[in-house]
Amino acid sequence: MMSATGANKFGFAINRSRMIDYDSSDRKVREYITSREPSFRLCFACGGCTATCTAGQHTSFNLRRMNTYIRRGEIEPLREEVTRCMLCGKCLLVCPRGVNTRNVVAVAAEAIRKLERNEL
Amino acid sequence: MNSDLFVIPFNLGLYFILIYSVVRSVAWFRSLSRPDKLRLQRGFFGKPFMDSLREIFMESLLHRKIFRKNPVLGYMHMSLAFGWFLLIVFGTIEADFFGEKHLNPPSHAIFFRWFNPEHGAEGLARIYNVWMDFLLAFILSGLLLAVIKRFTPRMMGMKKTTRHTWTDRLALTSLWLIFPSRLLAESFTCGAHGSGSFLTGNLGSALASFLPAAEIAPWFWWLYSLSLGTFFFMLPVSRYFHIPVELFLIFMRNSGITTGDKHSSYTEVQTHACSSCGVCISVCQMSYAAGINDIQSAYFIKGLRNDRDISAITANCLMCGRCEEVCPVGIELGPMRLIERRQGERADRRLSLPERYSVMRKRSVTEKVPTQSYGYLVREEPEKAEVLFFAGCMTHLTPSVIAAMKKIMESAGVKYRFMDEKGGVCCGRPLMLAGRDREARELINHNSDIIWKSGAKILVTSCPICYKIFRESYYLEATVMHHSEFINLLIEEGSLRLGYLHRKVVYHDPCELGRGSGIYEEPRAVISYVAELLEASQERSMSLCCGGSLGNLTLASGKKAMIAADAARLLTMSSPDELITACPLCKKTFVQATKTKVSDIAELVAAALPAPSTRVARRRAARATVRANDAG
Repeated sequence: MMSATGANKFGFAINRSRMIDYDSSDRKVREYITSREPSFRLCFACGGCTATCTAGQHTSFNLRRMNTYIRRGEIEPLREEVTRCMLCGKCLLVCPRGVNTRNVVAVAAEAIRKLERNEL
Repeated sequence: MNSDLFVIPFNLGLYFILIYSVVRSVAWFRSLSRPDKLRLQRGFFGKPFMDSLREIFMESLLHRKIFRKNPVLGYMHMSLAFGWFLLIVFGTIEADFFGEKHLNPPSHAIFFRWFNPEHGAEGLARIYNVWMDFLLAFILSGLLLAVIKRFTPRMMGMKKTTRHTWTDRLALTSLWLIFPSRLLAESFTCGAHGSGSFLTGNLGSALASFLPAAEIAPWFWWLYSLSLGTFFFMLPVSRYFHIPVELFLIFMRNSGITTGDKHSSYTEVQTHACSSCGVCISVCQMSYAAGINDIQSAYFIKGLRNDRDISAITANCLMCGRCEEVCPVGIELGPMRLIERRQGERADRRLSLPERYSVMRKRSVTEKVPTQSYGYLVREEPEKAEVLFFAGCMTHLTPSVIAAMKKIMESAGVKYRFMDEKGGVCCGRPLMLAGRDREARELINHNSDIIWKSGAKILVTSCPICYKIFRESYYLEATVMHHSEFINLLIEEGSLRLGYLHRKVVYHDPCELGRGSGIYEEPRAVISYVAELLEASQERSMSLCCGGSLGNLTLASGKKAMIAADAARLLTMSSPDELITACPLCKKTFVQATKTKVSDIAELVAAALPAPSTRVARRRAARATVRANDAG
């Protein structure tokens, strides 16, 4: 479509990271997480958690990005992301919305495991 | 004699419970690990054996620990346990001494009055009867308190009492019926025969004055025997199984067996030794400050005993350790919960009655699949240092504590290296508290490598959470010190010169440092050196949790705030100028919960350092004198 109109030639293409692929979107993980840790809904993606993250200083772990993956239902990148957290809890203290961030990661890991065993 | 048939329920129950207890003990013994078996065998000789006997007398019969916490509750337990014990012992002696022959079956002692209705008219037997009546009255007074406690726990100084399952209720009812039915049975028999002492005699003659005592008496003897028999049969499937199991537990513990990190027959014994007394519920801050009343240790243990899915209960605990501190049975509740957290999911099973009687229960032990991995961590080559300072993740959120520690160590001339200045790796304790030991081990290995390579003699940390795991799960050559211990050392050495601050302060023991690691004195010594330390209403081993604990993965922030507000209120009752703590997490939590200034112990000490300007001035003055002397 884009190439047909030629708009992408002028820099108006959709940024890949902003594209939502509805075919691969899996809402089950998000639903599991919101039911187990309702405070997940409170997140307004300020990124405070990511700025303070202990694991984030050593690798590309990014809790804010992880939230985006969960909301969009992108399971593949999420699978990799949840393994990096150290559960240290710094994000919990900086979160201005009182999201129980540690449990979000723990429940997300649990959801992925259940998904693999077809239990979700 | 046909009318003696009533002894059958009692006899059946008694022989059932005796055989069952022996069989189950043997099964538990057999499934112990080899070293634990040897420990237990050695525990039956010498000092451990004497210790066990003393403990059984002091705790299982007299209930000294409960007495200390709450005299009324202690009296209730003592009258039932010790009173019943005495009644059995003296009843046996009575039957042996005054009965027709020696070495009677137990039923002859228990139902002595039925078999000897005329007994105790004169002489020694008369005095003995007063004693037996006194014992019965002693038990009945405890029973009255127990009934009051069940219906109005607050009257007994308990904030809450435990909710029970139907087997517990049936056992409880039969237990409650035992002593009143004995009283009435003996009274009716005494009334019919004109015997008995101050209790059974008087009540008996009163009842006999308007009732046909001789006809009614057998009914109550039947009730007495039936309630005893029911109680014995319900024992293994109710909380009252703690009575025999606790004896076994005491022997195991005094032999040196500990909980460890896996389910074993020791955890099984601890599970059954829990009496669901509810003392743990009473001290739980989650209960009285946040209104969460279904996760306390009594319910945790009960869920474990009945093989229920208790994952939500297991996770929802601050791991503050207050319940373990007060548990009258001495169950290692913290380690038990951690074992359960380490487990994978457990199917929720409603156990059938026969299953509950099974001697060895098969419990699905599935280990948690690792979900985290830290292959991305790069090994570091640290510089050599005598003293290594590890601030910890949480301390990085309280930069004032780091600044204070730097100031203190510079002032004392300590040559240190700041291990995680640019952000280190988590110590692993939060993962361990979440039941993820394998993942924690990866972080432990990473940090241990850095500490070993640095060649440090002392590892100082500002975070009690790190401190606990450094001490317990790291294999280090360096001495691990919390900064309060280190500052205390510097003061004792004389390398730290401090002024006195005219402030009144209260000290809050962080859970991981106080109950968790037993560090109570050092922080107090440091604080008393620089300021006036007031007493807190609940401190040392009974100190409160700030509510911010990383031990609880699931508690909502609103509930945490409720716990924090309650704890802060109790701590600042004496209206101190400052609330001092030794944990960055406690500090962060309390700051939002109280108007009182909250500081870390390091900040307090840093404030007591002589101001740099005056030091510089003093040095200048000293130099000036030297110069003047040189010139002179």
